[in-house]
Amino acid sequence: MTELHTSAQATPVQLDRAAQWQRATEEPQWVRRTLIGIALAFLAAFLILPLLVVLVGAFEQGLGVWYAAVTEPDARAAIRLTLLVVVIVVPINVIFGVTVAWAVAKFEFRGKPLLISLIDMPFAISPVVVGLIFVILFGSQGWLGNWLSAHDLRIIFAVPGIVIVIAFGTMPFIARELIPLMQQQGKQEEEASLTLGASGLKTFWYVTLPNIKWGLIYGIILCNARAMGEFGAVAIVSGRIRGETNTMPLHIEVLYNEYMFTAAFAVSSILTGLALVTIAIKSTVEWWEQRTGATE
Amino acid sequence: MSIGVDRINKRFNNFIAVDNVSLELPEGQLTALLGPSGSGKTTLLRIIAGLEQADSGRIEFHGKDQTHEHVSDRGVGFVFQHYALFKHMTVFENVAYGLTVKPRRERPNKEAIRKKVMSLLELVQLDWTAHRYPAQLSGGQRQRIALARALAVEPKVLLLDEPFGALDAKVRAELRRWLRRLHDEIHVTSVFVTHDQEEALEVSDRVVVMNNGRVEQEGTPEEVYDHPANPFVYRFLGNVNLFHARVHEGTATIGDLRVPVPEHSDSKEQDALAYIRPHEIDVLANNESGDAIHAIIKSILVVGPTVRLELQTEHSKELIQAELPKHQFRGLGLLQGDEAWLRPMQSKVFLREEDATNPQESDL
Repeated sequence: MTELHTSAQATPVQLDRAAQWQRATEEPQWVRRTLIGIALAFLAAFLILPLLVVLVGAFEQGLGVWYAAVTEPDARAAIRLTLLVVVIVVPINVIFGVTVAWAVAKFEFRGKPLLISLIDMPFAISPVVVGLIFVILFGSQGWLGNWLSAHDLRIIFAVPGIVIVIAFGTMPFIARELIPLMQQQGKQEEEASLTLGASGLKTFWYVTLPNIKWGLIYGIILCNARAMGEFGAVAIVSGRIRGETNTMPLHIEVLYNEYMFTAAFAVSSILTGLALVTIAIKSTVEWWEQRTGATE
Repeated sequence: MSIGVDRINKRFNNFIAVDNVSLELPEGQLTALLGPSGSGKTTLLRIIAGLEQADSGRIEFHGKDQTHEHVSDRGVGFVFQHYALFKHMTVFENVAYGLTVKPRRERPNKEAIRKKVMSLLELVQLDWTAHRYPAQLSGGQRQRIALARALAVEPKVLLLDEPFGALDAKVRAELRRWLRRLHDEIHVTSVFVTHDQEEALEVSDRVVVMNNGRVEQEGTPEEVYDHPANPFVYRFLGNVNLFHARVHEGTATIGDLRVPVPEHSDSKEQDALAYIRPHEIDVLANNESGDAIHAIIKSILVVGPTVRLELQTEHSKELIQAELPKHQFRGLGLLQGDEAWLRPMQSKVFLREEDATNPQESDL
């Protein structure tokens, strides 16, 4: 009882001190408010406002018009094509990303720094240039054009071209995510697994994969978001054939150019919706990662 | 199973990590590979495990060639310095791992695995941690789990790479005594790498001292400690004082002191260094025998029951260190700055030419 009493007395004194005490890194109130205010103002102006514009534009003439716009054959073709591309591109980049990250993190070889910086290339090159590169490579006037047409293969102005440029543009996401992660984890757990008699494949499945799981998921989400939204390079290689080679972003641009604003906004709202879902998944993953990371 | 290491060589670019090493590690013994960092001991251990491929040479387990066996087929238990437990698995799953990844034909059933894992966890006295994750355990506990995991597959040989290196001093000392007792119980041929001479001398049946990728000496801890083969081993196994000496026809002289050195009986008037450990020096208050080495006490440090003295003498470049029990020192009645007389109780004399092979010694 006496102990309780003394501790109760001590508390106000401590609180008082805490209030007076200002940490070296703590800024005055007005500085904090200004900084937070600026950040929020930017967010409102550049993120929330446009988002509202998209939603208002999409639904301003009612749900019926919105529904008609997104189920119209060309729109459906664009949505289908976008999803098809994502389904092809993401697995390709998963394989590529894991392979590169594995090579960089677990082996020593010549030219490793070069490889790491080359992975970033797709981010550095303008998408338009990327599109042109592949047109020059695979187009009918291009280096491989004659060979391709002789074998009746179409890459440019067709789905394969779109897949190639999007795969190229989104290549760094998963590798970038995994390389530091795997480098930091080293190879001791894999070595332990091998000494315990596990084969290479079992080691990858039971030890490596669970260790990189969250990084991989995170990379897939980013890769997926970018693959859906890629515009510049796709615009060049797709040829913009309505109902055939238009992905969602291209379809939106076509609608916009034809002054069909409501339809443009309707399709945009779907793309935006997919992006929002992606961000929600990403945040959930981060939250999970932190939670499991904390208990580990 | 005995381990045979036959003329193993390994380089990393220009660095020679293991230089033509041959060893026979007898069955059922606990051998320490002892050496400073960069001496090639860990590389050699990893080559024995199959985690590293030697450039040339052979590895045998019980006379059977293992050189080209893959690490997962060698049947070794390997314990890593930083535990390398699987973070995403519970302690139970970690220990069970080696059994659960076996091909279906060889895999024991679930109940058998459970029994085996629990008995191993009891062996390492951590059965209560079965459902925890490695991150929830202390370093010492993690290393015991790592050991249980390695033992689960009933390895032919157990290899430990600086198993106590990441632990603090107290846990280290406890754990190495525990490892010694465990080894007496299970008797699996074991090799452990360490840079800590005390650890090697305390725990092992045999010590292999390595330096610059070569084996400097091997033998029982007592042999190696009492009869170091060369200056390097002498220095590496503990603190040592170096006295300038001259060797002539089997006798070394340090100042007025004459020490018989029958191993150098055919040397004539050669410079030499006498190696004497701090606790092998008798400190006296006067020069009754007439041939003791003169010194001045520079500092006195009482560490628990022993007293450490630093003394200056003209026969050594550096300050001489001597260690004696506190009560004995009190009896001498010496103070800082006083004159004292030294008599080595035991010493080992190496001729100066031998030093030339060891760059660390050349500055003395």
